[in-house]
Amino acid sequence: MTWVILAGAVVTYLTRIGGHLVLSRFDEIPPRVEAALNAVPAAVLTTLVAPPLLHAGPVEWAATIVAGLVALRAGLMTMFLTGAAILLAGRFLLA
Amino acid sequence: MAESAASPSPMMQGVRDSTPVVVAILPFGVLFGALAVANGLTPFEAVLMSATIFAGASQMVGIELFGREISPALIVFALFAVNFRHVLYSAAIGRRITDWPIGRQAAAFFVLCDPVYAEAERKAERGLPIEPGWYFGMGVTVWLFWTLQTALGAAFGGLIDDPHALGLDFLLPIYFLGLVMSFRSRPLWAPVVLASALASVLAYRFVGSPWHVSIGGLAGVAVAALAPPPKTVEADG
Repeated sequence: MTWVILAGAVVTYLTRIGGHLVLSRFDEIPPRVEAALNAVPAAVLTTLVAPPLLHAGPVEWAATIVAGLVALRAGLMTMFLTGAAILLAGRFLLA
Repeated sequence: MAESAASPSPMMQGVRDSTPVVVAILPFGVLFGALAVANGLTPFEAVLMSATIFAGASQMVGIELFGREISPALIVFALFAVNFRHVLYSAAIGRRITDWPIGRQAAAFFVLCDPVYAEAERKAERGLPIEPGWYFGMGVTVWLFWTLQTALGAAFGGLIDDPHALGLDFLLPIYFLGLVMSFRSRPLWAPVVLASALASVLAYRFVGSPWHVSIGGLAGVAVAALAPPPKTVEADG
């Protein structure tokens, strides 16, 4: 099983270095590739939010909405702590 | 994250920036360690996974498959598939650290996980350089805590009887939402987020986890790639 883990580590490292190795062959990055790369963080991170959110309940929705609004005016840490506080309070009160 | 008057060294700033991440991944590190042991891995194997693979979602998939009679090749392929999104991170970050020595770049890619990537992009967004001290201050801290949390989970996994009551299971989505929001000034942000959300929800339902990450991500990226470029005329489609 150790060898399967190490093989998994190798292929994971390949995904982490592969994008760079392939892309560095371009002399100039085509505009559409550039646009695609700029969209990567929001695109991928959204997939880690949407499905869990859809399968959550009112407390999670409230925490997410308020945290999302806080994010419009404040930094990431403030936003995160606000969301966490609402989540904790909501679950405590509704438990 | 306001810059104070006496600004700390880049490395200390990196360690500081890792704080919400370390808190948010705590339940997952502990949960992974506990589940891994429950699925028949030794504590050593659980910690080895976190230390060498360092990608939570794929590790969860891995231990799920270890528990069944599945060929090792297929398990390795599943890990590769779940982690394929890193190719995109790698391409995006790689172009920003080309002036680093090769060995340092190689090490940087080893700790390139979702939050480290996102924070590095946020720096680039604000026109700041990605300093090696900051990058490794954050990356190594996240790696270290992920590994320690796994060890903790493997050793004491049975002790947390209700992670749900503590809100532990939903901290990461909130954190990721904060990161998504921080990119809202980028071109095509709304259509990209909408496409990713829709595709990931559909994929989650009809294909299953963890494929929703790759499918949803590709949908959002495709929207950006296929949208008409802002000014230059394309020679062909």
